[in-house]
Amino acid sequence: MIIPRLALRNVLGAGLRTWLKVIVLSFVFVVIIWMQGFINGMNDQAEKAQMDAEYGGGQYWHKKYDPYDPFSLQDAHGKITEPLQNLIDNNQATPILIVQGSIYPQGRLRPILIKGIDPLQGIVSLPSNFLMQEEENLPVLIGSRMANNTGLKMGDYVTVQWRDVNGTFDALDAQVVQIMNTTVPSIDNNQIWVPLRKLQMMTSMEDEATLVVIDKNMEKPQNISEWTFKNLNFLLKDIKALAQTKTFGSMIIYVILLFLAMLAIFDTQILSIFRRRKEMGTLMALGLTRGKLILLFTLEGALQGVLAAIMAAIYGIPLLWYSFAKGWTMPQITDSMGFAIGEKLFPVFTAELIIGTFALVLITTTIVSYLPTRKISKLKPTDALRGKLS
Amino acid sequence: MENGFLIKTENLVKTYPMGQGFLVALNRVNLTFQKGEFAGLVGPSGSGKTTLLNIIGSLDVPTEGSTVVLGEKIENLSHKKAAQLRNKHIGFIFQTCNLLPVYTVYENIEFPLLLLGMTASERKKTVMKALEWVHLADRANSKPAQLSGGESQRVAIARAIVKEPKIILADEPTANLDAENSHNIMQIMGRLNRELDTTFIFATHDEKVMQYLRRKITLIDGRVAKDKILKPQKGGGEN
Repeated sequence: MIIPRLALRNVLGAGLRTWLKVIVLSFVFVVIIWMQGFINGMNDQAEKAQMDAEYGGGQYWHKKYDPYDPFSLQDAHGKITEPLQNLIDNNQATPILIVQGSIYPQGRLRPILIKGIDPLQGIVSLPSNFLMQEEENLPVLIGSRMANNTGLKMGDYVTVQWRDVNGTFDALDAQVVQIMNTTVPSIDNNQIWVPLRKLQMMTSMEDEATLVVIDKNMEKPQNISEWTFKNLNFLLKDIKALAQTKTFGSMIIYVILLFLAMLAIFDTQILSIFRRRKEMGTLMALGLTRGKLILLFTLEGALQGVLAAIMAAIYGIPLLWYSFAKGWTMPQITDSMGFAIGEKLFPVFTAELIIGTFALVLITTTIVSYLPTRKISKLKPTDALRGKLS
Repeated sequence: MENGFLIKTENLVKTYPMGQGFLVALNRVNLTFQKGEFAGLVGPSGSGKTTLLNIIGSLDVPTEGSTVVLGEKIENLSHKKAAQLRNKHIGFIFQTCNLLPVYTVYENIEFPLLLLGMTASERKKTVMKALEWVHLADRANSKPAQLSGGESQRVAIARAIVKEPKIILADEPTANLDAENSHNIMQIMGRLNRELDTTFIFATHDEKVMQYLRRKITLIDGRVAKDKILKPQKGGGEN
């Protein structure tokens, strides 16, 4: 226990030199945790928003449905089978019918997807209740991005064109009954939402759907013929991949940050060994072995990491807590990131993240502190006392 | 100890590589030191005084010959064994004091005891005793930077004697001190020599130190030119 005590004495006794390193390291701690917390929060928020607004607890897809192949959409619909209908009747699922179509806002053609949803559904957080209006015109729900892109406002009329099940074109004037603000671009961009029954009638696809969204709380979905169940792992695959890209991007930043901090520690450690060679000679003359000397210097570096963690906790916990409680107001530009980010981003600081960061910084600091001390293993006490490095 | 001697050098040679050839620092040095000696190695700069002290203190190894210190052959000692020998039995006093700057006076003196694994209460008692020997009990909490040259050297003496080693090696201990401080320091060391029977070996060319020596070994070009007993070995030291 002598060496750790001596290391602590030396570290605390070095005064400003120690505290400068500790401040830099603590800053690295806080920034890494803060950045990673925001990335985690962003990923979690994106996944949750996507599940709430679109995926529910998973989806049954018609066997021909392929969201990446617009040509398949024409045939990607089928009768809602009995097991699915039972789920729908028990408010455990909601069907969605998707057909291709066009709208003509301000006289310009715009290819879109027309999505039919039950106005009374409660499975996804889409404000479908606005579609309940009994009017001659087709009530249409659009997202704010779509409204911005097309210039459509609430109450505006727009011509909607589509092809029915036989391939016959038809058109109707639709009225925008609500513009929804959603953080999920995939229920907003290039699509309009209409009442399911009406769309089924318009397309002569009575009792048909393209996909059925199941409730988030539903356990173990059953196998249903003609329909393929897509679980959340599958549905969130793209978001997870996108999140991973963003995580990688943020990792580059904190690797650079960590590298710079470690470079500073490496540099000061080399300087410290050079400046303290007489002290090392004295310690050897007093009976300290080279091995213990190496341990002493390495521990001094590691202790700076521990002190940095303590300092980071002192100012970092209130700061991170504030971020966690208040969130971070996101700029408008994030709306076009292709990622479901709310107006406010709430970071997620997990124990894994905090312990992982602590371990990463501590191990790296210890290694970086150890590397320059290898010089001591060749140090002759007489040279050290003369202020020379062998 | 073999045949009553504490230190014995036989045909001690130490050379250092220099350019194409070698610099001979010690050339066939044969010396023995008994317990309780108060001896000085004198001679001009480069005569090999410090080299001899370093070898006796197990900080260095000879190129040829042998050095036996407290029954241990220095040249055969592992690095760890040599460190243990220094820690337990040899105290060093350096010209520049070499106090550890971040420690207080108390902590500097306590350091060798920490390495010996003494308990806290034992350490405290021993350190305070050493501080009283050098009349610095009131400066226990000062940092080395707050001490004068004489005080610093007294702390270095306290650090060397605190573990009551058998041998104290002092390399130019008064070189940076004025006459009054030099005399004070030599008197302290003389008293310790008498009271604790510690063997003191100095490397010096300071006349003030020489007048306290009871044995004077003159080194010239790495050879023992003269080895003279000046006073009876026991009981001297303080003029």
